[in-house]
Amino acid sequence: MNTGALALALAGAAVVAALASAASGLLATRWPRTLSWLAFPLLALCGATALAAGLLALAGDTTTTAILPLGLPWLPWHVRLDPLSGVFLLILGAVLVPVAIYGPGYTRAFRNGRDSLAALGVFTGLFVTGMLGVVLAADAFLFMVAWELMSLASYFLVTFQHEVAEHRRAAFLYLLMAHVAGLAILLAFGVLAASGGSFAFAAMRSHPPDALWASVAFALALLGFGTKAGLLPLHLWLPEAHPAAPSHISALMSAVMLKVAVYGFMRVVFELLGPPQWGWGVTLVLVGATTAVVGVLFALQQTDLKRLLAYSSVENLGIVFLALGLALIFLGSGHPALAALALVAALYQSLNHALLKGLLFLGAGAVLHGAHERNLERLGGLQRRMPRTGLFFLIGCMGMAALPPLNGFVSEWLTFQAALQAWQLGSGLLRILVPVAAAALALTAALGAAAFVRAYGSAFLGRARTRHVRRAHEVGVGMRLAQALLVAACAAAALLPTTLVGLFATATRQLTGAGLDQAGSRGWLWLTPIAPDVASYAPIPILLVLALLGASLVWALRPSRQVPVRRADPWDCGFAPPTPRMQYSAAGFAQPIRRVFAMVYALDEDTDAAAATHRLLVRDRLWGWLYAPLGVALDRLAELARRAQTGHVRRYLSWSLITLLVLLWIIS
Amino acid sequence: MNPAALPLLDQALLVLAAMALFTAFALLAQTRLTAAIHTFAWQGALVAAVAALTGRASGDAHLYVSALITLALKVALIPWMLHRLVRRLALERQADPLEHPALTLLAGAGIVVFSDWVAEPVAHFDASATRNVIAISLAIVLLGMLMMVVRRQAVAQVLGFMAMENGLFLAAVASTHGMPLVVELGVAFDVLVAMVLFGVFFLQIKNSIDSLDIDRLSQLAEPVEDDDVRGDAP
Repeated sequence: MNTGALALALAGAAVVAALASAASGLLATRWPRTLSWLAFPLLALCGATALAAGLLALAGDTTTTAILPLGLPWLPWHVRLDPLSGVFLLILGAVLVPVAIYGPGYTRAFRNGRDSLAALGVFTGLFVTGMLGVVLAADAFLFMVAWELMSLASYFLVTFQHEVAEHRRAAFLYLLMAHVAGLAILLAFGVLAASGGSFAFAAMRSHPPDALWASVAFALALLGFGTKAGLLPLHLWLPEAHPAAPSHISALMSAVMLKVAVYGFMRVVFELLGPPQWGWGVTLVLVGATTAVVGVLFALQQTDLKRLLAYSSVENLGIVFLALGLALIFLGSGHPALAALALVAALYQSLNHALLKGLLFLGAGAVLHGAHERNLERLGGLQRRMPRTGLFFLIGCMGMAALPPLNGFVSEWLTFQAALQAWQLGSGLLRILVPVAAAALALTAALGAAAFVRAYGSAFLGRARTRHVRRAHEVGVGMRLAQALLVAACAAAALLPTTLVGLFATATRQLTGAGLDQAGSRGWLWLTPIAPDVASYAPIPILLVLALLGASLVWALRPSRQVPVRRADPWDCGFAPPTPRMQYSAAGFAQPIRRVFAMVYALDEDTDAAAATHRLLVRDRLWGWLYAPLGVALDRLAELARRAQTGHVRRYLSWSLITLLVLLWIIS
Repeated sequence: MNPAALPLLDQALLVLAAMALFTAFALLAQTRLTAAIHTFAWQGALVAAVAALTGRASGDAHLYVSALITLALKVALIPWMLHRLVRRLALERQADPLEHPALTLLAGAGIVVFSDWVAEPVAHFDASATRNVIAISLAIVLLGMLMMVVRRQAVAQVLGFMAMENGLFLAAVASTHGMPLVVELGVAFDVLVAMVLFGVFFLQIKNSIDSLDIDRLSQLAEPVEDDDVRGDAP
């Protein structure tokens, strides 16, 4: 059995394991414990096999196809595992295994609740099945079936705690937008199938549509996949749905499902649409840069920890799409090697975001589990009460803030390297636009760092702001182990960039025809993405230097043994002793940025000096600009339709009679 | 086309079909249920006669069978079932006047003209009476539907539905000398089953809303939830 067939067989095994997990979830109605020792282990198995399949497909650089005896009689399902699918199987597996380890500990709290554990188990399994199906599909039919399975299953997961009205509302918004997205994707495939003559991707690839229709399909694909990925005007479901879902599901949704949308977009735009046009790239760069900046600005203002993470996901997906836009620009203007660099940056960013956001959502879940609170204004001082979770969360925050030598830095650095090669482009407009986008990216990175300093600082440092947070406890072994696994994966992604870039380059060779052979030209230690003498990055020496510096600093500042440690109140101005309310609050931390970027937010703020209260509501202006008018227009349309829908039998009969008469009149 | 120039059989066919059309109008305007059921039985008898005559003209033996089935079902069984239903529901004396009788009949006349115009292109397929019979059958179908629109009584609606079926049967007999016998048996059986189901439904409706006025059926709809209630909710 060759490597490709083995990889595909492993991927098939992953799908079977996910389905088995969904089926075993049913047992949880009678025996809630089966969720912990059957459904979640099966999910872990699924993740491990998917990870192995992805690695095999990438390392072997193989493309394997198969036709399943499923689907409609004249329309069998095609599956295909190539390096691009491999990258996303890798991402799925790398996040799913820790989530499956985390699950039993986290869901134990739901056992005595009112919510159906069986629903959680079944829909988690189906959700994973859907994501695997999307990544493996090689025809539009299977792709759409799997895509809808993914959307619907995740809807049920978002609405898991359905007794909370807010969750129902979030889930409905999610369902609505997922449907609009699904419709747009279906139409995009319709355009492609019309020119290809078949639903199979192979036929679409060999007969791409002409330039105009390709642009139509691009716009539809951007609308559809962009909604799912949370691009700017369509991102509003994301900060609503992520906090509503259980934390391990939020981790899966944010870390994997958004990447599946990226995968779908890459599959359609880079492979099926024919020769890329640079206008598409410009659109993507603009949308991506705006999404990244606005996403991080909103992340900075959130007081709900999970909402903050959700907005940060919006920001990161913006960066991914910016890199994809750069790749399209380079590809459209005849620089396949640079396009490969930008694509590698996008894939690397996807992987990093998956690992880091998975870690942070699991950390937020641990905070929720241990402290029963996710509002930053009520948290505080968790580092002493939950030391392990705090450490893992700190690492995640540092990675998200793109500090070297962590993994977040590698992908942002690669994106910058791609953007800085814009001088090679022929068009002057593009030579100006791309550096501007790079500047937006730099702003995003800086604001992102501020957002995560604020998140970690408010939640884990200082003193507990409420009584119940003061009684927070560290979470169980499984939940800590899951976070540790993700930290380990982050470390691998941070310290072995050359290996990973080499793996991702097999996927870019498939899409652009060019790899990144020069990336490892100075050995595995040094990453040189453009040329050996242009730019290089070596995380391990940086880590060593930082470790050395840190150790010497700790040694230099160690408390001397002679003077005993004295515990006392800090300086209190001679007034009352300091209380937790005197701490720097999360809202206060973000206040300067709120003033500077006031035009972005819809602020509702007032201070009552007498009562010493301050009320702040930060909302998205898009609600008023786009969503509310759209809702009103739809309501009006529905009202018109209601006039015809009276519920009177005779009215319907007269409609039928009139229709019949008109039709007869037309044919004669 | 001069009717007097046609063979005698065709002339008889035309007369019978025209009388069937007349019964359709009578059904449309008849306010008393029992009288309407009788009119419906007469329409069935006329259609059966058309089928038998066509069988005589073309020599198709199975058209006699069709005529017999029609006679048994439309003239005897279904009117009898409807009668029994009306008696059980105590509707014999109930009148169901039209809201705008003159307007309805004018619309019916318009439908007949329209059907004639629609059947115009069929003219050149045969020189015989077929074209006129097709126009008439189309008119009977549309009049049946119009009856369902203007009548509020559920039993009258069933009559309209059955009249539509009569029109279809007439069209089949006139244009293609009847459908295959298997199809016809199937249709006859369907009509019978529909009749039985209607009977059951009416008893249930009568029990639950104490009336057979179908305009009141909309009250059976589930109450609409919270924010959907606007304007015309009861």
